[in-house]
Amino acid sequence: MATVRRNIRRPVAVPKAPAAREPIPEKALIMSGYGINSEMETKEVLARAGMGADIVHINDLIAGDRSMADYRLLVFPGGFSYGDDTGAGNAYANRVRNNLWDELQEFMDGDNLVLGICNGFQILANLGLVPAFDKTYAREIALMPNRGGRLECRFVTLKPANENLWTKGIERIYCPVSHGEGNLSCSKETLQKIRQKKMVAFTYCREDMSPADGEYPFNPNGSVEDIAGITSANGRVLGMMPHPERAMEFVNLYDWPLLKEQARREGRALPTESLNMQIFRNIVAYFS
Amino acid sequence: MASFVHRIEVHYTKDPRLKTRTDRIKSLGFPVDELHLTDVYTVATSARDFTRDELVQVAQQLVNPVVQEFTVDEATLPLFDYAIEVGFLPGVTDNVGTTARQTIEDFLGMKFAEGEAVYSSQLYFVRGRLAPEALRALAGTLANPLVNRVRTKTREEYGHTGMDRVLPHVELHELPTAGPVDLELDDAELAKIGKEGILDPQTGERRGPLALDLAQLHAIRDYFRKLGRKPTDVELESLAQTWSEHCKHTIFASAMDDDVPKGLYKTYIQAATNEIREAAGDRDICVSVFSDNSGAIVFDDQFLVTHKVETHNSPSALDPFGGALTGIVGVNRDTIGFGLGAKPCINIYGFCVGDPDAAVPLFRGKDMSNPVLPPRQILEGVVRGVGVGGNCSGIPTPQGFCYFDPRYAGKPLVFAGTVGVIPRESGGRQLSEKAAQAGDLVVMVGGRVGKDGIHGATFSSEALDPKSPVTAVQIGDPITQKKFSDVIVKEARDAGLYRSITDNGAGGLSCSVAEMAKECNGCHVQLDAVPLKYHGMAPWEVWISESQERMTLAVPPENLEAFMALMERREVEATVIGTFTDTGRCVVECGGAVVMDIELSFLHDGLPKKQLKTSFKKKTNPEPETPCPERLDEALLAMMKRKNICSREYITIQYDHTVQGGHVLGPVQGKGRVQSVATLTKIVPGSKKAVGLSQALFPSYSEIDPYNMAGAGIDTAVRGLVAMGVPPDTIAILDNFCWCSSDEPERLGQLKLAAQGCYDFSKIFGTPFISGKDSMFNDFSGFDAEGRKVKVSVPPTLLISSIGVHPDAGKAVSMDAKIAGDLVYVIGGTKEELGGSEYFARLGSAGNTVPVLDAVAAKERYARLANAIAHELVASALPVSHGGLAVALAKVAVAGRLGMDLTVPVPDSMRPDYFLFSETLSRFVVTVAPDHKRAFEQALGPDAVLLGRTGGSRFRLTARTLILDVAVADLETAYKAPFGRY
Repeated sequence: MATVRRNIRRPVAVPKAPAAREPIPEKALIMSGYGINSEMETKEVLARAGMGADIVHINDLIAGDRSMADYRLLVFPGGFSYGDDTGAGNAYANRVRNNLWDELQEFMDGDNLVLGICNGFQILANLGLVPAFDKTYAREIALMPNRGGRLECRFVTLKPANENLWTKGIERIYCPVSHGEGNLSCSKETLQKIRQKKMVAFTYCREDMSPADGEYPFNPNGSVEDIAGITSANGRVLGMMPHPERAMEFVNLYDWPLLKEQARREGRALPTESLNMQIFRNIVAYFS
Repeated sequence: MASFVHRIEVHYTKDPRLKTRTDRIKSLGFPVDELHLTDVYTVATSARDFTRDELVQVAQQLVNPVVQEFTVDEATLPLFDYAIEVGFLPGVTDNVGTTARQTIEDFLGMKFAEGEAVYSSQLYFVRGRLAPEALRALAGTLANPLVNRVRTKTREEYGHTGMDRVLPHVELHELPTAGPVDLELDDAELAKIGKEGILDPQTGERRGPLALDLAQLHAIRDYFRKLGRKPTDVELESLAQTWSEHCKHTIFASAMDDDVPKGLYKTYIQAATNEIREAAGDRDICVSVFSDNSGAIVFDDQFLVTHKVETHNSPSALDPFGGALTGIVGVNRDTIGFGLGAKPCINIYGFCVGDPDAAVPLFRGKDMSNPVLPPRQILEGVVRGVGVGGNCSGIPTPQGFCYFDPRYAGKPLVFAGTVGVIPRESGGRQLSEKAAQAGDLVVMVGGRVGKDGIHGATFSSEALDPKSPVTAVQIGDPITQKKFSDVIVKEARDAGLYRSITDNGAGGLSCSVAEMAKECNGCHVQLDAVPLKYHGMAPWEVWISESQERMTLAVPPENLEAFMALMERREVEATVIGTFTDTGRCVVECGGAVVMDIELSFLHDGLPKKQLKTSFKKKTNPEPETPCPERLDEALLAMMKRKNICSREYITIQYDHTVQGGHVLGPVQGKGRVQSVATLTKIVPGSKKAVGLSQALFPSYSEIDPYNMAGAGIDTAVRGLVAMGVPPDTIAILDNFCWCSSDEPERLGQLKLAAQGCYDFSKIFGTPFISGKDSMFNDFSGFDAEGRKVKVSVPPTLLISSIGVHPDAGKAVSMDAKIAGDLVYVIGGTKEELGGSEYFARLGSAGNTVPVLDAVAAKERYARLANAIAHELVASALPVSHGGLAVALAKVAVAGRLGMDLTVPVPDSMRPDYFLFSETLSRFVVTVAPDHKRAFEQALGPDAVLLGRTGGSRFRLTARTLILDVAVADLETAYKAPFGRY
């Protein structure tokens, strides 16, 4: 009986959230407008990692009210820009290319980072910012409609395929995908180059971290070689389909109720934030 | 008319969806080998032509060269036997075409002129030999004749030239003016105007139902007699919109029998809320109820949370995709239109449809003409519509249900709801309050006005019959809405640029402007200023059109410049269309003439009062005669496969339920992925609090006992939240009555009892109604395959939606069994209450004893359980609902992929199968860590009965003997079988 009482009363050890640090001076520019929809949570996750950000409507950049030159990180967040009409990310990429191309090239030439998540990855791919083997920024990869022919919203497990500035210290990512067009496809030569230059950032895998081998639902869209995200050849651009920013807290994870029970029975402390935060901490570390 | 027409065709070099698309068509019974798809853009201009070079560059903007190819003005030539091209009919919203047009404009630095456009269409190439009827049927599944045009060609007809160039351009030649309507007619002629519409002097045809009855028409005639003039068509159409059942809820507002002189709404729904709020005193959670576009309760010291659930039944019957899409983006606007603008943060949905695997052919016309869409096609359409609406708007859709009954085959029910979040204050203003002032400008924001949805509001107040107007169909454009939603809620609101806002829904401008005019007592509108999709619309059409994606705002003149500049920067069309006044009148001008000038008091309160009579007689149904089997293994497996119990996860995963980053407890839970009945979502970053949502309905109880049907709905909706740990005193509820034949006293008798149930049970629970909606004529009148007249009415359906605030998301509980060796409890006793149950439905008899709610006992139990969860004594919890105790236990086991070995306390007086499948209310299945046994039992008292433990891989139930022993894996297979291939 004594045990029972102790167990009930034992407060679940909750480590304090890392003390809020002063954000680094470098700021992020988060693109918005035309159906981009994940800008708020992207700003939140960066703030938690220690980086301030401004959400900027693309039209304010086009009008010259804001400038990319004031920022060090450019984020194309998730969303459904233009409702995925004419291919996911295509219409927004056209708007960028037709209006902001010079400014974007200058930004790319600096020691800056670019992150595209989901719709943002689709935009990067259509702009040729990934794989970007050279500065012609040719379109080399496509994010085609999912093999299942419809949107898939579910948690997936990711494994870093190469260590780079984005994946440093990460063993596993567990976060949602939510897209209708994430099926990465490219020519054999392009794939070969992406592999050779160690540009694959994350691959879909099973819960036991073995490769998904294209099997649904571990690989949710049919993506070639289970690729979930790649970097540019110079490593400074990351595009990925899954949404780490949507599962920044422990309680955002699909399986947190089970993990919590297991931890409590074993007397282990519970985290408040999720393992997915590391991607964003790595960005902050790059600038620090 | 465009003089230059070019056709760009785009196809994948290797189409990743080919197999899925082909398999789906095969599963519908078509013997096709392959079904290829090509996207077509038809570019039509008149002012200038494009060079071949330009067209190639344009095409390059529309394709991905890595995986796609295109042709310009040349036919795509794959291997195929038939080509089917599906495009839109003139005037139907074409979002893809619009995006393509914008891309071309941006790329070439030009603007398309009036009448120039890009039209999208889809060209299917069929490989396989099909009989002509099969080919027609295939085209029918790819297209909906109410919104699509279809052209089919054989390989020979297609030749090398391909498909024809079709321009679905709206051609309206004249600009009809407003005309007077003579109401000095005999009653038969007057009734005809009400039923079929105003006789159009130009076409000689009726314009479509006004849904005004004789008493209402007399009141209008008398009003204009006093004014000494005839009403204009604009005035009559406007009154019809404002007085419609859809807008004024006349059935809920009318006196009923001798005992409900104030009507059902005031007597039962509003009264319950008022009395609950008064009793709660300082602990009242309500902030805004029934008066605004949504209801609002307290979230925390800084924020309010809003909720609203709408139905969109009639449009979804005609065009399931467009109807459901319009439903969800429409209810989003009820959020944006709450107070000064709440941010939509969660969508919910609910579908009631016929059995998708057992279609009974129904026709709107005699001789098998104008067929009703089969339930499967309706289901696919509405599922896609809600998905596209929510997904494109960046609003998570975690919560929903799908309920099947053959009585929904004539008219489906589509529920769409949106939760919003709004700060209590911004810049010193209470954001939940708004008021237009005289002198403010009437500004319309968003999409343009076309003929879409004309007579939508009046039409949904009438039963579906062969004369239903096809213009009732609308297709939403979520991106246009997303653009103004963002700029309003995230920028203009907090800049304080406007004083009031409401959405344009049913009745369009005629309802939104006149509604806002109440705030300042008058309005003066210039219809000529309203931006139109195409010329040639009559003034009355512009005034009542239900074209989507529009809000109406009251902007003070001093803010106009800033407001318009902001809208322009966000590429949102905004137009000043008039002024708010304090004249007490609603005045509308068009072409220099006054086309409407009536007193607001008559417009809003001139509606004659009705006195409704009801009757009710309890019917007796046969009880089932099947004896109880010795073992119930097969029975449980069969129950897990019932469509109202099994997994519909395929819907869930198409809906983005993680956007905005607030996912806590989602639509599927546990390793075994079982669908939850309630979800929990964070809506304010950094806050520990989360919003719990659930829904419940029991249409199968309605014909037996409507009073207790209401009790079951309220209890189950509340219980879903309590099972996650939401404290009962934070919970509010919403009602959606979807009735049938509400002109029959028997149906009104059922309605009255259900409303009484709402009052009684919500009062005891202390859960206020904060918003509600009704749709009273969900009947289909038409013909069967033999040409016989049939009427298919939905069962009286009451959806209760619940919303509550969880104080600490980290202490919430999911439904899945977690760890082997945990204790399994049932909380709450089981009675023999199987009337209308899923088990009796399986046995083929409805029975007579529906569950009766003991709300007093339930209330105490819920407080105890919520408290135990707050103290983290519970590892999992699931309410017992459709299918009873055995189904609930099995779901917990499957969700956790954990076996159970349980002894169920079947009383001697009860059959074991009845005990297992009875749907007695107010029960939960919970699992508890052994360490917490004593504390948990102390917390719950004798209500909690220990059944056994989790563990192993088998699900075993013992009563007096072993009655059930099946593998959890087999339960999971059964649970996931019915929709596994959808």
